[in-house]
Amino acid sequence: MLDISDIKTIEHDVLIVGAGGAGLSAAIEASGQGQSTGIVMKSLLGKAHTVMAEGGMAAALGNVDARDDWKIHFRDTMRGGKFLNVWRMAELHAQLAPERVRLLEEWGAVFDRTKKGLINQRNFGGHRYPRLAHVGDRTGLEMIRTLQDHGIHQGIETYMECTALDLLKNEQGAVCGIVCMWRETGTFVIFKAKAIIFATGGGGKAWDVTSNSWEYTGDGYAMAYEAGADLMDMEFNQFHPTGMVWPLSVKGILVTESVRGEGGILLNSEGTRFMFNYIPERFRSETADTEEEAARWLAGDQSARRPPELLTRDVVARAINAEVKAGRGSPHGGAFLNIATQRSAEDIKKKLPSMYHQFKVLAELDITKEPMEVGPTCHYFMGGIKVDSDTTMSSVPGLFACGECAAGMHGANRLGGNSLSDLLVFGYLAGKHAAEYAKGLRSTSSFKTNDASRIIQHATSILNREDGANPYLLHEALEQNMQKHVGIIRTKEDLDIGIREIETLKEQYKSVKAKGASQFNPGWHEALSMRNLLITAEAVARAAQLREESRGAHTRADFPDERDEWLQYNIVSRKGSDGKMELHKVARSAPDPELERIAKSTIDNLEAEIATERGNA
Amino acid sequence: MAKRNFKIYRGDNEKGEFVQYEVEVAEGMVVLDVVHRIQAQQANDLAVRWNCKAGKCGSCSVEINGKPKLSCMTRMNEYGPDETITITPLKTFPVIRDLVTDVSWNYEQNKKIKPVKLAPESKTEKGYVMYQKDVERAQEFRKCIECYLCQNVCHILRDHQKQDKFIGPRFMIRAASLEMHPLDIEDRIPEIKNDYGSGMCNITRCCTDVCPEHINLTDNAIIPLKERVIDRFYDPVTILRRKIFGPWKKKRPPIKN
Repeated sequence: MLDISDIKTIEHDVLIVGAGGAGLSAAIEASGQGQSTGIVMKSLLGKAHTVMAEGGMAAALGNVDARDDWKIHFRDTMRGGKFLNVWRMAELHAQLAPERVRLLEEWGAVFDRTKKGLINQRNFGGHRYPRLAHVGDRTGLEMIRTLQDHGIHQGIETYMECTALDLLKNEQGAVCGIVCMWRETGTFVIFKAKAIIFATGGGGKAWDVTSNSWEYTGDGYAMAYEAGADLMDMEFNQFHPTGMVWPLSVKGILVTESVRGEGGILLNSEGTRFMFNYIPERFRSETADTEEEAARWLAGDQSARRPPELLTRDVVARAINAEVKAGRGSPHGGAFLNIATQRSAEDIKKKLPSMYHQFKVLAELDITKEPMEVGPTCHYFMGGIKVDSDTTMSSVPGLFACGECAAGMHGANRLGGNSLSDLLVFGYLAGKHAAEYAKGLRSTSSFKTNDASRIIQHATSILNREDGANPYLLHEALEQNMQKHVGIIRTKEDLDIGIREIETLKEQYKSVKAKGASQFNPGWHEALSMRNLLITAEAVARAAQLREESRGAHTRADFPDERDEWLQYNIVSRKGSDGKMELHKVARSAPDPELERIAKSTIDNLEAEIATERGNA
Repeated sequence: MAKRNFKIYRGDNEKGEFVQYEVEVAEGMVVLDVVHRIQAQQANDLAVRWNCKAGKCGSCSVEINGKPKLSCMTRMNEYGPDETITITPLKTFPVIRDLVTDVSWNYEQNKKIKPVKLAPESKTEKGYVMYQKDVERAQEFRKCIECYLCQNVCHILRDHQKQDKFIGPRFMIRAASLEMHPLDIEDRIPEIKNDYGSGMCNITRCCTDVCPEHINLTDNAIIPLKERVIDRFYDPVTILRRKIFGPWKKKRPPIKN
């Protein structure tokens, strides 16, 4: 019988799970508040998913176009999110992003520069002005390395290749610890903490075609769910319009939106620049309607409107999908993305070096000469753990969440570039408020040893049982199911099948078996993360079935339009007392009237208002 | 689809063996795809590190037919159709299991490097002012994805095991990225000489040859740092000038607006 007292215990005031941009930002802030801070990560430090972010971080610095302002960034974010964003989060994000980006520079980030020597900013989908601070097309690497190199001097303890399994709570129901497993040895460790911050990212690994790495298995969602926290907006899964489609083995790998930001155009097999046919009403007055106007915009004419390739990701992804369905796809079932005709070879290599390299090596294709083939790839979760806008605390006391694993900031669809800035802003806020929460507690509290035993026994039983389902095959079955039935275009019939299949897989999971020993055993790790993926997938599919409208990234073929009544609700999933998943339609609170006014102003009025304000200042 | 033969090291630092696998390989696959296929179908517990699968995170470094490479960026068609492909873990670091090595030593080295310190007078309300041509050298080094292939091939570390004397090429370029940051005012030259072991490198350029990011480690970082050390500690003219004009100050480009 397992004796919990044999398991090593490590104590911190604040413990962070996940070491991407959000986790590191939170750790730096919590440590800066004088709290003993630890950070647990599944991979090595500096390898988290943030490293793959390419395009940039959105902040209204106004370095390239001085007309930019937090209000315009906020308006863009709300419109991109189809007004389902938590208003206060979008406000905080737009207001705080510039100072957090400048702070990153202070910590050593070396951004590309404008002619005047300031941080350069590039265009991106849904952003009115050039707004993304960037370093070529490797901005995520710059962010994570800067936070990492700054963080190692802040007295933060890092625990690498350590997988979090489940949360522990005290008698009062507050989070007080977490059971983890060292991947190298397969031994267990219990972290006790006054506050725990989840910065665990998303769950794109539930789909077959995804830009996400193995780490993205919805761990934070599932652990929070098991601990009784609310998940919100899980039906909103962003399919990035441009993933690689060929060769098959790299299908899904991201092609940065910067290709379009730098002028890249989308063509179908007939050579038609089809995005002109897919401009939604809401964006018509702010989008170019001829190739001639789009060309003027690219040449820098400030009076020209933006090309339709820079519409929001949900719109572009659906358009590519529709072209392929109509028989106008590229040879490998995507669309052509061409930058070669828009920019010089030298410019392309300078602005998009890693895309040049990626296609050269993986597809043997020279993007300065030929078009790329691209198609939608599962990329990002707008939904996640429901948090308080200001403190980032979840519905379980002591559990905080930030970054992709938290819900609310991006509404029904995230704008490109708003993720990296989200990590900086809400990582910081999570670190700050978790530290304050921890300061209010005299000590860590004790957990129920039964809970810890149960968690560990579930993990070891996967290794110990004689025979059972292969975790890799279970994962593959889930991926196929989600791709087919809970994909970019959804219907009630498909979702019904998808949910039934998830239920079947849940049954099979009960007998999952990992072969081999406990030391660095990927089969076992895969089996452990399958529990999280199944909970994540179920929350997505059930919420998608309940939301009978199309909004942002959630598209229902049987309910093709936005429906005003649905704007009044978020869908919240939580674990019921019978152990089954419950879904609730939760009414949203009324927006602050001033924020609503800003978001719904016409762009001309808002720009005039900002100009007047500045004139008076 | 074609059947291909693989030999993969299975074991830990104490003992291990090569295990043969026969795998169906499809068009366009990279070596990491094959490793994953073996893992899913034949050896569920085959240990390998990877993350992004696009050459951006530097996790999947191994030695393929003796050459240190990122397995996610090594295409199968680089090898002859009948060639057996042998995959081994990085030689310089202790093996944890199979293809996974203990690279924690590298993280210890990074902590030795003094963090960035920017000249406060260069800060404006719009942030720091520096120009593209002045940041490009630092940006070159900041492309590093920490795959540690350079650390792995550096003969000072790989063959002579002078881990206590030399910080390795990765961290020489990290020091260089700070020393060549246009606004950094920290002085790291004494540490570069005494603690990082700049004198150990004898410029064989092995690190530059394996860098998947094509960073010119030797010519652009290590040699200039060696020169700075020589200027400071060994150049009689500089020593005399310092005696007359007082201690060394780091030069920065003037702020222009």
